[in-house]
Amino acid sequence: MSAKKPVSDWATDFDHTDPVWNNDPYPIWDDLRKRCPVAHSERFEDGAFFPSRFADVRDIAYDTEHFSSRRVIVREKKFDPVMPSPPITSDPPEHRPARMPLLPAFNPKAIEKLTPGTRALCNRLIDAFIAEGSCDAATDYAQHIPTRVIANMLGVDEEDGDRYRRWIKLALEEGIHDNAKTMQSLKEMSAYFAEELAKRGNKPGDDLISFMRDQRVDGQPLAPEKVIGTLRLLMIAGIDTTWSAIGASLWHLAKNPQDAARLVANPSLMDTAVEELLRAYAPVTMAREVVKDVTINGCPMKPGAMVLLSFPAANRDPEVFPDANKVLLDRQENRHAAFGLGIHRCVGSNLARMELRVAIEEWLKRIPVFRLEDPSGVTWSEGTVRGPRALRVVF
Amino acid sequence: MGTPSSGTSKTLRVRIESELCQGHNRCCAVAPELFEADELGNAHVKGDGTVPPALAAKARLAVKNCPEHAVRVAEAD
Repeated sequence: MSAKKPVSDWATDFDHTDPVWNNDPYPIWDDLRKRCPVAHSERFEDGAFFPSRFADVRDIAYDTEHFSSRRVIVREKKFDPVMPSPPITSDPPEHRPARMPLLPAFNPKAIEKLTPGTRALCNRLIDAFIAEGSCDAATDYAQHIPTRVIANMLGVDEEDGDRYRRWIKLALEEGIHDNAKTMQSLKEMSAYFAEELAKRGNKPGDDLISFMRDQRVDGQPLAPEKVIGTLRLLMIAGIDTTWSAIGASLWHLAKNPQDAARLVANPSLMDTAVEELLRAYAPVTMAREVVKDVTINGCPMKPGAMVLLSFPAANRDPEVFPDANKVLLDRQENRHAAFGLGIHRCVGSNLARMELRVAIEEWLKRIPVFRLEDPSGVTWSEGTVRGPRALRVVF
Repeated sequence: MGTPSSGTSKTLRVRIESELCQGHNRCCAVAPELFEADELGNAHVKGDGTVPPALAAKARLAVKNCPEHAVRVAEAD
């Protein structure tokens, strides 16, 4: 990685890929919320804003007139949206027709059917390391759960997770600094899904690739690039996000054994605990591009500027969440925004919630007592999706 | 507001502002007796939304957990 100049002031020069931010962003956001609730940075082409208050994040998420989703990642150099991934990159009126077909595949009943298989998967993963007395909870456990679940839903090889995760790292992390890597990832994924579509031909199938192939709008099949764009989205959005949420939750429980003990003693606490862990460790920060002059919390924004849409920062706003920096597993009122707000609410939120809950439940049944092997050895991903990528634990 | 858990005050009724609902499905998870999701994952009240006294606390919890503020609870006449 190239040497970057250190951040002088997070309010005027923030960098959401800086190691200090990645390792522990919460004190930075608390400080910004108090003294500069809409921070700015010129490190990114055409400038980028970082609102840290819940109300501002909410207002931007709801405002599709001034803020476009055509670019949803803040990069050093803007990346031409030549290969969109509908519906996450869609604005009204294209957004709704692109989103509707996906919804039935992720409704509560559809996800409920995946629960027993996910439980079995978690237990197979635990079987592989439990006798060792230690493991990397991120790479031996958390990362495989969403990868294999979404691979099975798509109907692609579940053993090929390393390849899928490499594409995502190129697109979401390394690609922030190097657009060629983003392009490489998009091209490789597109070729991969084109091949999968060709393999299927017109044969009926109950996987998401066949499902998207068979979608009709006004009686017409979707253009292949739209089908492929949505398939790329399902893979990108389905893996790092939930991997991060599971990993961050296990990191919390490893550091706070009293919380793990509470969940072991009282499994019904999981209902609120899952939501609280999602609130406190929401992994996903999206972005918008300003398309019309607008003022947010007194801060004027010009077309072309990018805005980070930090649901993680919104979720730590003490104006909305009392004791926002405390993880209260029995928090009753919890309108957190981990899955976004408004029309772009994460299509996979039911799936992610199921995976997170099952992953923690099955872990705690087998490994009720565990701790970090070396707290300083934990590493975090950078930028768009934040979660632990090395998480050695002993039990 | 009445005291819903006492069972002596007015009946509560829940409703969903469907134009606000984005399908988070938190109400369906918190109070499955009162809410259900349709094929697209949008939430609806079951029946006419009347809340049995024993479910009043759950109805209020559903309100407090809707990220879009789409779940409403009010006293029926």
